Amino acid sequence: MRFMLLFSRQGKLRLQKWYTAAAERDRKKMVRELMQVVLARKPKMCSFLEWRDLKIVYKRYASLYFCCAVEEQDNELVTLEVIHRFVELLDKYFGSVCELDIIFNFEKAYFILDEFLMGGEIQDTSKKSVLKAIEQADLLQEVAMIQSVVLSLGQ
Amino acid sequence: MPAPIRLRELIRTIRTARTQAEEREMIQKESAAIRSSFREEDNTYRCRNVAKLLYMHMLGYPAHFGQLECLKLIASQKFTDKRIGYLGAMLLLDERQDVHLLMTNCIKNDLNHSTQYVQGLALCTLGCMGSSEMCRDLAGEVEKLLKTSNSYLRKKAALCAVHVIRKVPELMEMFLPATKNLLSEKNHGVLHTSVVLLTEMCERSPDMLSHFRKNEKLVPQLVRILKNLIMSGYSPEHDVSGISDPFLQVRILRLLRILGKGDDDSSEAMNDILAQVATNTETSKNVGNAILYETVLTIMDIKSESGLRVLAINILGRFLLNNDKNIRYVALTSLLKTVQTDHNAVQRHRSTIVDCLKDLDVSIKRRAMELSFALVNGNNIRGMMKELLYFLDSCDPEFKADCASGIFLAAEKYAPSKRWHIDTIMRVLTTAGSYVRDDCVPNLIQLITNSVEMHAYTVQRLYKALLDDISQQPFVQVSSWCIGEYGDLLVSGQCEEEDPIQVTEDEVLDVLEGLLASNLSSPVTRGYALTAVMKLSTRLSSVNRIKKVVSIYGSSIDVELQQRAVEYNALFKKYDHMRCALLERMPIMEKAAANGPTETVQTNGEAEPAGLEPKHPPTIIQPANQANDLLDLLGGNDVVPVISTAPAMKPASAGGELLDLLGGLSLSAPTPAPPIPMSQPPFLLDGLSSQPLFNDIATGIPPMTAYNKNGLKIDFTFERSNTNPNIAIITIHAANSTEAEMTNFVFQAAVPKTFQLQLLSPSSSIIPALNQGPVTQVIKVLNPQKQQLRMRIKLTYNHKGSPVQDLAEVNNFPPQSWQ
Repeated sequence: MRFMLLFSRQGKLRLQKWYTAAAERDRKKMVRELMQVVLARKPKMCSFLEWRDLKIVYKRYASLYFCCAVEEQDNELVTLEVIHRFVELLDKYFGSVCELDIIFNFEKAYFILDEFLMGGEIQDTSKKSVLKAIEQADLLQEVAMIQSVVLSLGQ
Repeated sequence: MPAPIRLRELIRTIRTARTQAEEREMIQKESAAIRSSFREEDNTYRCRNVAKLLYMHMLGYPAHFGQLECLKLIASQKFTDKRIGYLGAMLLLDERQDVHLLMTNCIKNDLNHSTQYVQGLALCTLGCMGSSEMCRDLAGEVEKLLKTSNSYLRKKAALCAVHVIRKVPELMEMFLPATKNLLSEKNHGVLHTSVVLLTEMCERSPDMLSHFRKNEKLVPQLVRILKNLIMSGYSPEHDVSGISDPFLQVRILRLLRILGKGDDDSSEAMNDILAQVATNTETSKNVGNAILYETVLTIMDIKSESGLRVLAINILGRFLLNNDKNIRYVALTSLLKTVQTDHNAVQRHRSTIVDCLKDLDVSIKRRAMELSFALVNGNNIRGMMKELLYFLDSCDPEFKADCASGIFLAAEKYAPSKRWHIDTIMRVLTTAGSYVRDDCVPNLIQLITNSVEMHAYTVQRLYKALLDDISQQPFVQVSSWCIGEYGDLLVSGQCEEEDPIQVTEDEVLDVLEGLLASNLSSPVTRGYALTAVMKLSTRLSSVNRIKKVVSIYGSSIDVELQQRAVEYNALFKKYDHMRCALLERMPIMEKAAANGPTETVQTNGEAEPAGLEPKHPPTIIQPANQANDLLDLLGGNDVVPVISTAPAMKPASAGGELLDLLGGLSLSAPTPAPPIPMSQPPFLLDGLSSQPLFNDIATGIPPMTAYNKNGLKIDFTFERSNTNPNIAIITIHAANSTEAEMTNFVFQAAVPKTFQLQLLSPSSSIIPALNQGPVTQVIKVLNPQKQQLRMRIKLTYNHKGSPVQDLAEVNNFPPQSWQ
């Protein structure tokens, strides 16, 4: 996978994960262009399209478009499953996830994505495993925060 | 200084902004606050500020001043700081940034941290966006972690190694020892990432590939793991819609593909498991189909046995019938890849593919179209063409050009009959006439000229279609050329193939004049139309009207048109005696590549006389092009009363033909024919008369009777080819003087070795009785050594119910036919 984008029907970017290096200006241009192309698609069309030299796999979940750019040799049907797995993870974590959750907790969405994929490849195929890791990391964060509060109170 | 606002607060505030300007203002205000907070080196709120900065960055606002702050966060001991710091690094600090490398030390330390989640953060950052230098520096740490027993870290280290290898391929060797036991892991995460790592290594290095094949015996291991996945019972942790760990299955299949490609042993070892996966996978959900798709790709790429290949194509065929359009799309893509190698198997699914032409999705339609063209052959051409023409009618403009070209190519290769071919081309011209490529016009004209028996039919159909629509330029150009050439057939109502229509001369001229005057006609089209009008002056009787039209355009604004009109006018006034000869019917033109006897073509396209003809783009049929251009005006080689016979002046070369003659004007070659007296005006036309235009004409060589027995009489009439004086064109006329007709008539001929013979198709295989209508057939004989022509002929036919066969020698060829 080269990159993943999440954006709303109004063309607002909610998440962008790039697995290749590119100039900021080029990235912005690509995002703009791709959003235009995907948003112009009618509901009956298939989830795959060709764009530049990449294959784009996209799926709409409620008001959010999940869009991945994969390479020539990648399996598009499996990419759809990857997208679905990510949505399931978000859903489990946030409890019936909606776009607002991702807007207000974008950093958590990133954390989940980074626990699920690395360099565009799946790290762990077990939903349970990924969620457990996030949970533990969140706990660690909590503990660290409490510790620092205790410390500051003690002073 | 009050505490900076919280992230959620900021997000909420920004969302209340009603205009872009309002949002920008809020962002700028907050940016300023964050910047001053950074300047104060505030440790407590740094994390919060960077988080807000990242949000603003996602909205599209500049955030580069936060880069160093990210580094500070990464260096902090607090886990919260590190989490946001690494996130910020991944978003803001890619390898193009100058400060990117400053991360290296922090990452190195964190890779050895006591908390696995911190190590995980470091591995993730390195594995997503580490630069080559960073990868080089830290590869050793990654390699160490690859050998740890902690599966959480091991899986991340494997993917990090993949990234390192992608960035610095030379480091691949270093990870080899660590891969030894990767596949014996139970943990699916480690298994999956290990397979990815092995795939990357095998893809990049052929040495690695053979190492893994032979030394490590990777294939049996993978087969075993895959088998366990399929056979094992329900495992809730990895289950997706009843299938056990589909992601891992797909990855294994992909690695098997690489291992099996080009290697017989490996391919054999995986045959069984592939068949098993292909037949046992549940196809009701997308997951199952994803696995099947990967299996099909693998089967097609390795050296699988034919049964397995057929199985794979059948799976694709089933995919085509699936309701899910994604699956159909994927099937069409794969079939396109395999159609060359497994043509027959794909043919079986032809009707389904053709149905996909009617799909709503653009990508599916395009693939179906490409695949359909790949599947057209001599057997299915009629049916396929019907579907393709229907598709051409209804498809989007972006397809029409490609579809039209494809149809032309297919029609040329597999046309079952000339009439069908012409009908098809006309259909394309009338439905998608504005989208055809420019070189279709001369191609089509050449095709029409060569179908001698179809002239009347063609011109009639074109005329009728022209009445309906004159907007599609290529179509109009072809039509006006035909009307100019065969207008007499149109008016005389001679059509054999369908009911002739009644057309008067005035109506024909009305149409052509309409084209000339219409705003829809391009300058090129107008040129065609004017020339057509001029040609009709020898074919129809309304010469006065034509004279009027031509003289009107003598003052046209369009220079090209004006020049033509003026020259044609001159033809009427001063050179009227030449007009008939010049505007005679076009001879059969030969394509350079198609016919054996023609010699190599001289492509002197630039020698075209200026301004006389439309500038066609050069194509492979150069001679026909040039013939088209000049012969258009200068006529063919039918009976020409004015010019007497004379041997060719120019050397035997095809192609240039009349151009060469024009070029040779200045040489003033001697001619036995009496020169037609005239002055020397600057027009090119005039120069032509000083030299014989045609090599040999029908009147020159006397006809002969080749065979006369049992009521069957075969006469030969001769012509010399315009393109090559070494070619004699013999037309046989077979007449039947008996009372019963002769059916299944086949004429065969053989010539001595120094000659080359080409037999074109006969006008009919039935010779009607009582000399009612001779059957004609054209033979072309190439005689480069100018030897005496002899021929042995064989005749077979059915007469009064019994078959007749006869052989004969023909020796009495007139000397002029072969000298």
